[in-house]
Amino acid sequence: MGIYLDHNATTPVRPEVAEAMMAALAQTGNASSVHRFGRLARRGVDDAREAVAALAGTTADRVVFTSGGTEANNSALRGTERRAFVSAVEHDSVLSARADATVLPVDSTGSIDLDGLRDALNAASEPVLVSVMYANNETGVVQPVSEVVSLAREFGALVHCDAIQAAGKLPLSMEDLGVDLLSLSAHKIGGPQGVGALLVRPDLDLDPLVRGGGQERRRRAGTENVPGIVGFGTAARLADVGTGQFAAVGELRSSMEAQLLENVPDAVLYGIEAERLPNTSCIGLPGVTGEMQVMTLDLAGIAVSAGSACSSGKVTPSHVLHAMGQDDDAARSAIRVSFGRDTRKVEIERFVEVWTQMAQRRNHENQARRSVA
Amino acid sequence: MSVAPTAIYLDHQATTPVDPRVLDAMLPWFSETFGNAHSEQHAWGRQAAEAVEFAREKVAALIGAQAREVVFTSGATESNNLAIKGAVRFALRHGRGKHVITAVSEHKCVLESCEALTEDGADVTVLPVDGEGFVDPGAVESAIREDTVLVSIMAVNNEIGVIQPLAEIGAICRENGVLLHTDAAQAAGKIELDVNAMNIDLLSISGHKMYAPKGIGALYVRRRPRARILAEISGGGQERGFRSGTLPVPLTVALGEAAAVAQVEMTGEGKRLAELRARMVARLREKLGAVTLNGSMDRRVPGNLNIGFAGVDAEALMAELPELAISTGSACTSASVEPSYVLKALDLSDAEAGSAVRIGFGRFTTLGEVDAAADMIVKAVKNQRSGNSVRAAE
Repeated sequence: MGIYLDHNATTPVRPEVAEAMMAALAQTGNASSVHRFGRLARRGVDDAREAVAALAGTTADRVVFTSGGTEANNSALRGTERRAFVSAVEHDSVLSARADATVLPVDSTGSIDLDGLRDALNAASEPVLVSVMYANNETGVVQPVSEVVSLAREFGALVHCDAIQAAGKLPLSMEDLGVDLLSLSAHKIGGPQGVGALLVRPDLDLDPLVRGGGQERRRRAGTENVPGIVGFGTAARLADVGTGQFAAVGELRSSMEAQLLENVPDAVLYGIEAERLPNTSCIGLPGVTGEMQVMTLDLAGIAVSAGSACSSGKVTPSHVLHAMGQDDDAARSAIRVSFGRDTRKVEIERFVEVWTQMAQRRNHENQARRSVA
Repeated sequence: MSVAPTAIYLDHQATTPVDPRVLDAMLPWFSETFGNAHSEQHAWGRQAAEAVEFAREKVAALIGAQAREVVFTSGATESNNLAIKGAVRFALRHGRGKHVITAVSEHKCVLESCEALTEDGADVTVLPVDGEGFVDPGAVESAIREDTVLVSIMAVNNEIGVIQPLAEIGAICRENGVLLHTDAAQAAGKIELDVNAMNIDLLSISGHKMYAPKGIGALYVRRRPRARILAEISGGGQERGFRSGTLPVPLTVALGEAAAVAQVEMTGEGKRLAELRARMVARLREKLGAVTLNGSMDRRVPGNLNIGFAGVDAEALMAELPELAISTGSACTSASVEPSYVLKALDLSDAEAGSAVRIGFGRFTTLGEVDAAADMIVKAVKNQRSGNSVRAAE
């Protein structure tokens, strides 16, 4: 159909995942039923739980399956009465989960301001919950989660980490990070939409968001989405970051960014000074709105996005770029390009070509406007 | 472990197989034409969004609603949580009442959602049911107070299949300016439901109870007069703010297809299932004599049977029938050894409730399976009664 460079919005289901799901869809069984059909379904869920735990570098007893990343984030933030401290660049599902949350600033690279966090923790009268994402969905910038955890520990705070964009792209260990809660989503790693997980430290007391029925050790009620969970498990097993597939993607990204800067010297690459996901590039073209860029690329058969998919219907400037100190104009004129592990060089070259032409048209139009004036 | 080809599945109130037509409809949306339905600025996203909206229309048509009144969720448990907690919390926040009325035979997730609200300061009235399993509309009317926000009464019970008098309850609720929510997980696609004729304001649907996959459901939210609810899951503002999160496109397509198939086939399929059920009952009676049928047999979905065998322990009976999938009640609580609270609400004794099994017939159940299952049950009941029970070694 064209060139899909919007993998942070959603990814195609991998063939092995589809195959595993087909087998699960052909089986009838409620994983909570005690009969053989039910126990077979239960086994599929248990295997997937192991795989998802392995992806996040932890044990299966921490995995609570949910309907997706948004539910996982909401469950984490709303499951406690503690005050919530969230970074300004968090996903909307974290930012909007708690109306009373304190928003913590980030620096110009998009990295959480650790001094600001320390001050906020110091000022808090009771232990809080800190929510900081592993990697940002719009810029790919990786947060210093371990440092956040060390600080939080000093003040008895809990830490939730939205690792939805990082999982499968960067090495991830809930144990090493030391976070108490961690969110994952299947459809960002080649699994199906409609399933995710919240990983919870077993001794943590968390009010469930969805109640009624003893599923997921009473942390999340509702008949288990067996085919979805099986698909998630398969995707998790395939998302072996050790194979370096995403390192290759990172090289493609570097050469693309160098090319863009060479072709269009005033192009802006956000978060480039920071550690980033290897597949994500947030590109600003001064004078052309993100919407206009996305539309132009869409006409050429190339899919990218202006900000996150959830808010792409809205014509508001990116809250992430705002938080990084960019003004409205800058925050409105950026697009996100996100590669998949199978994205090919020739596809990226085509993107560079179309985008460069667009930038050059802008230059001509500006010149024409100036000469008329 | 695998399910033997001879195994018979008669537990359709726990979950249903995915209809091959539904599977065919959803498959292309996994990888051929994937997309985030909220990425409407590019072709992948627009295509996904169109598929979702087409599915929404089909789901709406099944219950006489408008497409924009349908909110996709991850399933009926989430829908019930959203409807009940959402409606009452909205009212609490705006000082518009704090009382909710439900019934003792409701699904656990309805009862637990109500219970959760008491922590927020809500009052809950739990109405009894009669010996047949029905809620008395008069009792609903009497229970309504000045500050009543919501009545939540299920359309069809998951254990005994009885159909509640929703139209009557709906009329009472509308007259008193109270919202009516109904858990229609067991009813949608099986009996006629019309949200306007029945004055239903909120209605929960489950995909996997109607031959679509697990992980998808819907909540109908009335627009006129508007049912106001507070979102339980917030974020990107999808589903008109009622329910954030990336929509699972293949699953919404599946639910739409399942709704369309059910709408066409409901009447004929109902007759067929009623015949299968009658055959099962006749065969059991012929060979076992008296059996107890729990719940009204007159106003009941045709695919459900709840039957007791005096002097027999249902758990032991099931253990003797490893090749037959039936249950002792709701799957959500089937690991529990307590007798069913639904049967207890019908005034059955512990022994009576403990002797009952739920048999659920479905779209792909054959006459041959019904006969074979009946014979298996007869043999196992006789073994139990004669003390010859041989617990299946597994």
